[in-house]
Amino acid sequence: MAHIQLKNISKTFGNHTALTGLNLDIADGEFFVLLGETGAGKTTTLRMVAGLEKPSEGQVFIDGVDVANWGAAERDVALVLQQYSLYPRYTVRENLEFPLKSKIRRIEPDEIKTRVDRVARTLRIEHLLERKTDRLSGGEMQRVSIGRAIVRKPRVFLMDEPLSALDAKLREALRTELKNIQMNLGQTFLFVTHDQIEAMSMGDKVGVLNHGRIVQTGTPYEIYNNPRDTYVASFVGSPPMNLIDGKLVNGRAVMAPLNFELPFAGGAKTSGATDGRPLVFGIRPEDVYLESGAPVEARVHDVENHGVEKILTLRVGDAMLRATVPARTDVEIEQPVRFAWDPDKVVLFDKASGISLRHAG
Amino acid sequence: MATAVMTTLDPKSRSAARGMSDLTIRNLFIVPTIVFLIVFNIFPLLYSLGYSFTDFRASSAAPATFVGLQNYRELLNDPFIWSNFAITAKYVIVSVVGQVIVGFGVALLLNRDIPLKGLLTTLLLLPMMLSMAVVGLFWKLLYDPSFGIINYTLGLGSFEWLSNPDMALYAVAITDIWMWSPFVMLLSLAGLSAVPKHLYEAAAIDRAGSFYTFFRITLPLVAPILMIAIIFRTMEAFKTFDLAYILTSQPTTEVISIRLYKMAFQEWQTGRSCALAYIVLIMILAITNIYVKYLNKVKER
Repeated sequence: MAHIQLKNISKTFGNHTALTGLNLDIADGEFFVLLGETGAGKTTTLRMVAGLEKPSEGQVFIDGVDVANWGAAERDVALVLQQYSLYPRYTVRENLEFPLKSKIRRIEPDEIKTRVDRVARTLRIEHLLERKTDRLSGGEMQRVSIGRAIVRKPRVFLMDEPLSALDAKLREALRTELKNIQMNLGQTFLFVTHDQIEAMSMGDKVGVLNHGRIVQTGTPYEIYNNPRDTYVASFVGSPPMNLIDGKLVNGRAVMAPLNFELPFAGGAKTSGATDGRPLVFGIRPEDVYLESGAPVEARVHDVENHGVEKILTLRVGDAMLRATVPARTDVEIEQPVRFAWDPDKVVLFDKASGISLRHAG
Repeated sequence: MATAVMTTLDPKSRSAARGMSDLTIRNLFIVPTIVFLIVFNIFPLLYSLGYSFTDFRASSAAPATFVGLQNYRELLNDPFIWSNFAITAKYVIVSVVGQVIVGFGVALLLNRDIPLKGLLTTLLLLPMMLSMAVVGLFWKLLYDPSFGIINYTLGLGSFEWLSNPDMALYAVAITDIWMWSPFVMLLSLAGLSAVPKHLYEAAAIDRAGSFYTFFRITLPLVAPILMIAIIFRTMEAFKTFDLAYILTSQPTTEVISIRLYKMAFQEWQTGRSCALAYIVLIMILAITNIYVKYLNKVKER
């Protein structure tokens, strides 16, 4: 168990700056998810905690101790990678035993066997123990790789997109399994992913990384409902938040280039939301609803049927807006509909900086 | 099978205009090679097999008479031939083991980020590119007891490398090691750089020591390609001739190919030397087969 802090971390590779001024605080026993696009610096951050990479600037603390000069072995972390990194030519059992046979800490053979068997049972890979690793499927390999991390009881678990290479069904199953394992072990997890669904469903806390900077940290609920800026708003959520340019005029939201208006009276009170200031209105698709008497008319541009719900793309002028509606809503493409929004759920962003007015104040 | 792989000829091409079919073109490429192989390899091979059962001498006009297995029987019962084989075996073991240790060791040193790595690798490959005869001649100078640089730097006085019967074979092996370690190094380097970096990282995270990492990860992954290097070097060392012939003429360095040469071209026992060549061939085939079997086993694991 460990409490991890990263203070003012920067990392450059030659001319390329991977991370700038990164601060992170991961509490003991927390499932922390680092979310970002490919190349945002997630893996670099992880490797720095693991001790495989040294920060150009800043410090890494594990349980309050600066670990700058500690190698990967001394930090006592476990790492699960996307490419599994199983030791080839060995059986599953030999792979699981590998970290226990380290010279640094002697463990009795009986103890090794008990631990390996217990981990195999947890991950349901008992029947694979004597099999060579190159005869496993992707999902099985990743289970073994997770098993190799768990078997050692490290202080921190680091996971670098462990589920990305798996097919959808398996990913969902392993997601739940991993979360359960973490809850049972009560260990600190640092989990890196580009998949916002993974981040939202697994994380106790989520850190959104963009171009080497942490944009926002918070619970999945905070990230989703109160994004700090338009990047987070558009990155998190599927479909993403609708972002429309406009301004406030007499308590009404006037969408600038599209020329439609929506009532904003009684909307979330935010300081700085003065009349006439250029803004971006953010509204989640599920907070846009269709109603016969609603203020704005649009045409249905596209319909995606997701079973429990339908995602509509509405066209107003030449702008598109997404709306999530119940599956039984009967609409056809090019059908005119009227829609409204829930003013309480609207997030206002400054047009110039893209930062939410709620966070700016 | 071959026809299934072939693509159809572009009807607008010049070859098509000349009325050549795919089959004609294929034959144009293959027939010269096959003719070459038959004339220079397969025919002599079979012809010498025939001679090995006769008492033919290329130096005399006397017709060859068929003697059956007599050549083979006499050769295999000749203690001198067996001592030639023993010398060869000793030479092969010393030289191949030396090359693997030196070559693999240098490859391990080179397999990291060091400045001028490319240049260094190229320079290290130079010995391999020299001609055997040249290497032999100039190592003869290096080994020279009175003015050789080896004795001078090692402070050995006038130690006799090549005329000392106990040392001469090792001297030849050392030269061979110097010349062919780069070959083992090159193949090992290819094998080493093919080991995925994330495996080493995983091992570091799993707190494996450097020896443990080497024996559990590096060596098993490089083993197949190292095995190929060993096969090549064993075959080459087994039939080594020029180095040993140029460097010394001690009875203790008379490896089997030198014996064969003497038998064929100094004693003119053509029939008998054909038989000896066949014995050597069968031995090399057998040894190579053992290696290949082992290689397949290593690859399977």
